[in-house]
Amino acid sequence: MTATATTPATTETKAPTGPGMRFVNWGANYIEDRTSMSGLVKELGRKIFPDHWSFMLGEVALYSFVVILLSGTFLTFFFQASMAPVVYEGSYPTLKGVEMSAAMASTLDISFDVRGGLLMRQVHHWAALLFVASIGLHMLRVFFTGAFRKPREINWVVGFLLFVLAMAEGFTGYSLPDDLLSGNGLRIIDGMVKGIPVIGTWISYLLFGGEFPGEAIVGRLYMLHIMLLPALVIAAIGVHMILLIVNKHTQFAGPGRTEGNVVGNPIMPVFAAKAGGFFFIVFGVIMLIAATVTINPIWNYGPYDPSPVSAGTQPDWYIGFADGTLRLIPPGWEFELWGFTFSMNIIVPIIILVVFLVLVAFYPFIEAFVTGDKREHHMTERPRNAPTRTAIGAAGVTFYAVMWAAASSDLIATHFRLSIEGVTHTLQALLILGPIIAYIVAKRISIALQKKDREIALHGYESGRIVRLPGGEYIEVHEQLSDYERWRLVSYDDYAPLMVRPNANGKITFGTKLRGVMSRWFFEDRIAPVTRTEIEASKHGHH
Amino acid sequence: MATSATRTRTRRAGRRSPLASAALLLIGLLATGGAYAALTAGASADAASESQVTKLADEGEKLFAANCASCHGLQAQGTEDAPSLIGVGAAAVDFQVGTGRMPMAASGPQAEQKPVQFTEEQIAALASWVASLGPGPSIPDESYLAGDGDLAVGAELFRINCAMCHNVAGAGGALTEGKFAPSLMGVSAKHIYEAMITGPQNMPVFNDANITPEDKSAIISYLKYIEANSSPGGLDLGNLGPVSEGLFVWIFALGGIVAITVWLTAKSN
Repeated sequence: MTATATTPATTETKAPTGPGMRFVNWGANYIEDRTSMSGLVKELGRKIFPDHWSFMLGEVALYSFVVILLSGTFLTFFFQASMAPVVYEGSYPTLKGVEMSAAMASTLDISFDVRGGLLMRQVHHWAALLFVASIGLHMLRVFFTGAFRKPREINWVVGFLLFVLAMAEGFTGYSLPDDLLSGNGLRIIDGMVKGIPVIGTWISYLLFGGEFPGEAIVGRLYMLHIMLLPALVIAAIGVHMILLIVNKHTQFAGPGRTEGNVVGNPIMPVFAAKAGGFFFIVFGVIMLIAATVTINPIWNYGPYDPSPVSAGTQPDWYIGFADGTLRLIPPGWEFELWGFTFSMNIIVPIIILVVFLVLVAFYPFIEAFVTGDKREHHMTERPRNAPTRTAIGAAGVTFYAVMWAAASSDLIATHFRLSIEGVTHTLQALLILGPIIAYIVAKRISIALQKKDREIALHGYESGRIVRLPGGEYIEVHEQLSDYERWRLVSYDDYAPLMVRPNANGKITFGTKLRGVMSRWFFEDRIAPVTRTEIEASKHGHH
Repeated sequence: MATSATRTRTRRAGRRSPLASAALLLIGLLATGGAYAALTAGASADAASESQVTKLADEGEKLFAANCASCHGLQAQGTEDAPSLIGVGAAAVDFQVGTGRMPMAASGPQAEQKPVQFTEEQIAALASWVASLGPGPSIPDESYLAGDGDLAVGAELFRINCAMCHNVAGAGGALTEGKFAPSLMGVSAKHIYEAMITGPQNMPVFNDANITPEDKSAIISYLKYIEANSSPGGLDLGNLGPVSEGLFVWIFALGGIVAITVWLTAKSN
């Protein structure tokens, strides 16, 4: 079922006949006469998608988003985005007669008094967690395989925007039920906003329509959650898909795969059938989990009240890294000047988060500057073949993971029987040391793997067969790779550190110097791919 | 500890019957005389139970000397290693010994629950003796422990007063320096009540002026309700909140789906 984009498609000259086909033919003609869309369908239907498990992660995100839209629409039928106080008179006994906002009461009604409501709430929330998680994994795949390189830098940025929008969608949704947990989450956001120097308090009052919590925030977040943000997400997904089609999908190196073709399945019919089936698998997994596992038991949290905070109050996982950064800042980071107290406790973590996210968003441009590479790249790289990028990625993942783990420092302490101060101090040290260690280890492992590949490509792999030669010498027979197997190991781009050269005016600019330094950092340690000459030489050397 | 407790019991069992018969005979005679003299039957019953309490306290004193005095001092006056127990009341002893926290297995951030070391009678004797040292909270009345209080009131009071350490669903939480608020699931109503009035370990005292006995009963009712009724949404993942949900979605949901993608794209051999 493998086809290539360069293969000329056989054109159907005669309309298919058979029972029911008359109507189909008439319908197709009717639409064609009025839209002339056959060209588009033909073009899209012949699009080729390569087959690799990691290429399906973005699909998981797309399908969970569809599930979110479907379940979310159901929830809007019953949810009331109002903070007006009402007395709960629904069926859950431990909240009966308690005063709460209409938002909370309607969420409880969805959970206990609307048929299928609790299932839909759980589908919506689990799908949301899966949505952001699959986006994260998809981004990691794209990063570590270098699939963000020219011409796909813009699509990386669009994807990054989707990641941020998904987090914003998640957080606004988390805040809607107006239960204790969501109110505590909002209070932290309020605190972070107020921690911004000078304008913080103004922004907070603007956001909440007065002093926190006010009576406006749920309605405002609801508008963002069901109108503005979904519209932006859908628009960004549209751009993401169009750019995917325009740029074509990347593929791993293999026999017959070049920068000029795409080897895989055409959309019609193979890929479409597979993707359609996969959608139902993702839907099924979400339904199974939502039907059996509780998520966000608001009936335990009760209505929001600014005074209580539950032990184990955490945001949903994708906001955890922000919460963790706040927890990791040592106490007392503030100073007084001209009679004002300047607190660094909030602004420093905000700066760390923003810088981290900006670096993620602009990484393709940074790497393009360092390599000075203006070529298009349609082959995905194996992570080992770009050791410095892989090491940077490992450092970034570690940095994120430490911030993320810090958000659950209290649960780590209770479940592993540690002191919470010990956990916090360890994570503070790991936030700095962890990325450095991860960088060195990942780089060394990548280079070691490249060396192993080189060894195998040149000398074959150890067969375990020991042969005694007539002279009495024992040798282990190395099995040679087939040309197809070797292709995978030897075809990758080779970069060398750039020479610092003067420009047309005979000057060496700062930018050139910087690029020289960074290029040396990137490519100083490298294993060159095996060349044809080396392979030939090794063949003659052996037999 | 267990052997010394057993030894105490055998020694006591050997000595009890003659002494007890003699004492009972004496009490009986005195009571009969007293009843005739005072012309009230009630007085005699009071006198009898009072002396039973004294006897229980005597037993408690011996148990205390054998098992607790090395840290708390022979008169429960406290030492460098352990606080004074004068005025802690019967409820504190019943909680600490009845949940196995005392006698402590080892010094640590806090005394932890472990298998109970004494029998019901021995705990009652210890509690009775400690209670005799000074006025303190007594073992709660059964009527507050039935779990028939107002659930909504109990839930609200629990969220306001208890949830910041014990978590909204009573799943427990972390405190400073390795201390922690334990899970309240599986804790008996009596022990929950006693913990509130005595404030064991790092817990504050919630006296009757702070939370009335009826409200304490409501809190217990709420905890017993969520203990008896599993989560309406399915598995509760330990009621730990978004952290366990996040781990679940990464490991089982995304992990499972990645396994499926690998399967879908696998080439036949």
